[in-house]
Parts: sequence; structure tokens; C-alpha cells
Amino acid sequence: MFPKWFDKWNRDNPTDVFRPAIIIGTVGGAVFAATMLIAWGQPFATDSMQTGPRGTGMSVPEFTADLAKPDPHIELLIEDPPFVPEPGEALAKDIYQNVQVLGDLTDANFNRLMAAMTRWVSPEQGCAYCHGDGDIETYGEDNLYTKVVARRMIQMTQNINEAWDGHVNANKQVGVTCMTCHRGENVPSDIWFKMGDVNETMAGWSANQNRVTAQSQFTSLPSDALEKYLLDGEAIGVHDLESRVAGVPGEDGYPGIQQAERTYSLMNYVSNSLGVNCVFCHNSRAFYDGGQVTPQWATESLGIQMVLEMNNDYLVPLEDQYPPERLGPVHADAPKAACATCHKGYQQPLQGTNVIKDWPELATTGVPDYGN
Amino acid sequence: MPEYQNIFTQVQVQGPPEWGMDNENNMAEERIGKPFFSTLVGWMGNAQIGPVYLGWTGMISLLTGVLWFNIVGLNMLAQVGWSIPEFLRQGFWLALEPPGPEHGLSMPPLNDGGWYIISSFFLLVSVMTWWLRSYLLAQQHKMGKHVAWAFASAIWLFLVLGLFRPILMGSWSEAVPYGIFPHLDWTTAFSIRYGNLYYNPFHCLSIVFLYGSVLLFAMHGATILAVTRFGGDRELEQIYDRGTASERAALFWRWTMGFNATMEGIHRWAWWFAVLTPITGGIGILLTGTVVDNWFIWAQEHNFAPMYDGSYGYENYGSYEAFIGQED
Repeated sequence: MFPKWFDKWNRDNPTDVFRPAIIIGTVGGAVFAATMLIAWGQPFATDSMQTGPRGTGMSVPEFTADLAKPDPHIELLIEDPPFVPEPGEALAKDIYQNVQVLGDLTDANFNRLMAAMTRWVSPEQGCAYCHGDGDIETYGEDNLYTKVVARRMIQMTQNINEAWDGHVNANKQVGVTCMTCHRGENVPSDIWFKMGDVNETMAGWSANQNRVTAQSQFTSLPSDALEKYLLDGEAIGVHDLESRVAGVPGEDGYPGIQQAERTYSLMNYVSNSLGVNCVFCHNSRAFYDGGQVTPQWATESLGIQMVLEMNNDYLVPLEDQYPPERLGPVHADAPKAACATCHKGYQQPLQGTNVIKDWPELATTGVPDYGN
Repeated sequence: MPEYQNIFTQVQVQGPPEWGMDNENNMAEERIGKPFFSTLVGWMGNAQIGPVYLGWTGMISLLTGVLWFNIVGLNMLAQVGWSIPEFLRQGFWLALEPPGPEHGLSMPPLNDGGWYIISSFFLLVSVMTWWLRSYLLAQQHKMGKHVAWAFASAIWLFLVLGLFRPILMGSWSEAVPYGIFPHLDWTTAFSIRYGNLYYNPFHCLSIVFLYGSVLLFAMHGATILAVTRFGGDRELEQIYDRGTASERAALFWRWTMGFNATMEGIHRWAWWFAVLTPITGGIGILLTGTVVDNWFIWAQEHNFAPMYDGSYGYENYGSYEAFIGQED
């Protein structure tokens, strides 16, 4: 194939071409990749939101591609402004039977809200999901558990908007409606049930951890953090606030490693629920220090108290109302809420969309403010 | 001409197996196993495998070590209902945990830390007899006990973590669980619980010696490999009869950084750096929760954790709306 002189020259001058080829290829490839990374930028560009003083590395990074995509549920929200009541207009309690919570609404606003609730909670089943298949005359009956639960959920929504203004409207008015959790589903996503002991044959701290569960965020941390902190209301903080504090773990509430792991499990849950990291709320050099936390920490602390009240005053007492298929798989307990039930991976639910502006009925436990 | 190098030895000497000394200590006694050669092993070290000295220390150490290993493994298996597939799937998550805090230093029920205490006892016996083995074998060879004392420094950290500190704290619950991820959970929870271990000066020292060990290991290994062509890998000869290899190595470092270790002293540098890593680390662990409960506050009190001066400036960080590109 090659001329004879070429083959002869090659025979007389044996040269190892592989060694330099590999070296040049490796080094050259690395140089090329580095050059391209600098010239074109890395293909998965990120942006970050500063959360703490410069130089501390406190920021929440996100892929810009993800930031460009709004929460798809925002599209499902539609304008539905209230009807300003006229003096002397008939009220729901005068027209319909058994209207316990929304009786003071005008007929128009009452039906506007009822229609919206089917969009939010039961778009497929419609009114029948709560009111049954009967005629309109039977709508006052409390035969279905869904109606009893829905009534309590309206009260819970009003309470959240009114009493937990400091959490829900911490940055600006956004409020919550049924949609904030339900997103068009009968049962909201990201609810939780008691898990109990996850390890067979073990007891105590050997039984509640070291398994891949959704509630441990797939870590080997304890799986009972939500139950202990967001239902039982146990103290979350594990730090001593002086350099030396006497105490024996397990005695007089002196927290041990185990409590720290459970707290860590809860903090993982909160981070993932909001799509953030530790330094969204904390300065990681001193997690405990109230003087170094970010403003979000205070909002979050209020949120924990809010979830405690939601679970204990609203969701758990409904346990007897539910049919078996709505109860927890292990302990047959009522479904419960936590951060992800509303936030669904976003810093602010529905990315901070104001969902309450059309619903003064849900914004207060008292008389709705229609601006009249 | 055959080429001889330290690592990936290209020339492997394989003759009749070498049996070692059989002197007044009856050193050939209790050496078991028929020696053989492995070319694969010869690429990385001496090609000869065996014989091995088992002896009473080796027997006790292996027996108790296997007991510990099996107690841990069987507990993990019991936790997944004796399902081998689940055991494999969740293996990195599973653990044998120490007793809960409510049990203090008492003997807890078997399924709430009891097996942990029993297995830990076996592990203690296993590690201590293995240490004794390293001491006794050095004695038989009329060697210094440097290996045994270096091993002892690691055992110090091991004892602090699992024995001394839990006793001082008054609770076995402070001990480290036996599991892949769970022991890492313990590590991070330990740091967070006691106010950030990075502000523990002994933790700092331990890191210095750990990274220093790595640096010295790399420098020394590189230096000797670099002067192997001048006979530098025959380090002992170079120590008592300094040749051109040592001269070049010394000059290289002195001209590079103004200072050089000696052919003998570099090994003391390396030994002390390695040994001080677990010694200082163990001191730091032992002080945590017993003498200091919040290292960050301790560091502030001792003026080496600075506070930021002035305002944090939260109002200037930019809003969430701007971050997600929905600013009005």
C-alpha cells in the first residue's frame, strides 16, 4: 500500500507512537475541554440566590433551565373575582339547608366558591363528590364523609389565612386556598402518615431509623421525625447555648446524638419540601444561633407551629370520618400535612402567586372583606 | 538488563519459599499454611503468600472479630425480616445501633442495644488481641515496637469513641453505630449537636496531621522513587552510608524549599504525623460533651470565631421573584 522506501524507513526507525499519542491525546483533550468550558460556559448553567453575608457561601443554587420553567400548576389558576354584595341580598343560610360555615355569604358568592371547590378538589366528580348523586334538595345532607371533611377544611383554610398571616403572607399577600394543597386532586399529594417502627424485631432507637423511606428523605436518619415534631410537638433544637452545660443524654431532656439525627431528618424534609438547602435559613457555621439565621428562619419557625395546629386541631380529629382507604397503611391514622403538602418543592407555594385575592370568603373566619 | 522497581515490580523473584528465621525463640513454631507464589500479588509487593503466624492472639482476635461481624450482620438481617434481597438492597442503610439514651450505662434489652453491647465487647477483645499480636511479633523479631504504638494511637481514638467518652457521658447511646450510612449520620449529628466540631481545636490539629501525613507520604515516596536509579530505594544503606542518591534528594529539597529532612528523620516525621492524627482527634472527641458542649460558642469565648461586623444587608440580596424571573 505504501511505497517501499516508506515501509523500509519505518522498519529501520522503529518508534513507539502509542505513548506520545496517548499523552498528547489525554492532555490535548483535557485542554480542549477546559477551553470549551471557559469559552462556552458549562452546559448546565446555574443561578444562585444570596441568603447570607458575602464571603460565607450562603446561597441557594438552581439550574437556570429549571428557573425558566414556572410551576405548571400556576396555569390552572383562573380569575374568578367576587360579587360585591348588595344590601338586602339573600344569604346562603336563608336559601339552603345546613350551611354551617359559609351561611353569611350571598347566594352568588356561595355558589361561586362551591364551583371553585369542584375545580380545585374534584374536577372529575364535580358536586357529587361531596353532595352525592341526589337532587339539589338533598345537598344539605351530611351523608358523605367528603362533605364533612370539606367543611372542616374550609375552616382550616380560613384559620391559616387569618391566624398564620405571619407565615403565609410573610413576604407579600399570597394566601392559601384549597388549590394550594389539592391542585385538582381529591387527596393532596405529599401528605403523610405515621410510619411507626420501620425495623422488624428491634425496639426504641434501633427500630425507627436506618431504612430507606420517603419520610427519612431516603437517608438512614430516623423515619419518625414528622410524627415527633409536626404532630407530637417535641422540641426540635438540640444545642446547648453555653460552651459548657452539665447533663447526661436521656436525662432531664438533655438531647443526645439520636435527637440530633431526628432533627437532621426533619431539616432534610424541610429543605426538600422547599427545594432549598440548609443556608436558606441557617448560617451553617452555627446552626442554632438565632443571631445568625436568615429572615426565612423566622417564617419557617412559624410554619412549624402552623403545621402543628393544622394536624392536631383539624386533620387528626377527622380520623373517625374517613373510610378505611383514606387512612394510613400502618396505623390507620388520619392523613396529615407538612411543608411539602403546600410547597411541593418550591420556596413559596405556586411560586408566590397571590391565590387569595379573589377569595375574601376564605381569607378570614369573620366577615369577608369585599372592599365595599 | 532486567529492570527492578519498587511498585509494579517487573522482575519477580520466585524460588523456594522463604521461611524466615528459626532461632532461639522457636520462631518457626505455629507458622501455618503452605507458602505459594502469586504473580498478581507480585506486581504490587512480595509474590510469596504465607506462611502466617496464627498463635493464640490471632485465634482469639479472629474468633471474636468474626463473632462481632456476624452479630452485626445477623441483626441487620433480622431488621429486614431475614430477606436476603432486602438485606442487599438496604445494606448501606442498615445498622446495629447503640442503646437509646434512656438506658444510660445499664445493660439494655437485646433488641434495643443489647446486641450492640455484646458485639462491642467482642470487637474490643478482637482489636486488643490484634494489637498484642503486633507487639509480640515485633518482640520476637527483636524489633522496635513502632508498629504496635502506631496501631495503639488508632486504638486510642477507637476507645475514646466507643468506651471512654460514653462512660464519661454516662450513656452508651453516645457510641457510634455499626453501619455504613448510619455511622456517617452519627458523625454529622455529633458535629451539629455539639455546636460545630470544626471549631474544636483538636479537630483542627487532627486535620493538620491527617493532611500533613498525606503530604509527607507523597513527598517521601516521590523523593525515593526519583532517586531509585541512584540506589536511593535502599534506604537503610543510604542512612548509614550516605550516597549520591541521598545527596541529590537532600539538595533537591534544600534548594527547592530551603530545608530538607534527613534520610532517617523523614521516617520519624511520617510516623509522628500519622500517629498524632488519631491522638489529637481522640482528645478532641473526648472533650466534646464532657468539657465543651458547644464548640462554636467556646471558639467565640476564646476569640477565634469572628462575628460579622455591621448589618447583614438582607434587604440587598435580591428577591425570590427576581430569582425565578417573575419580577413585575
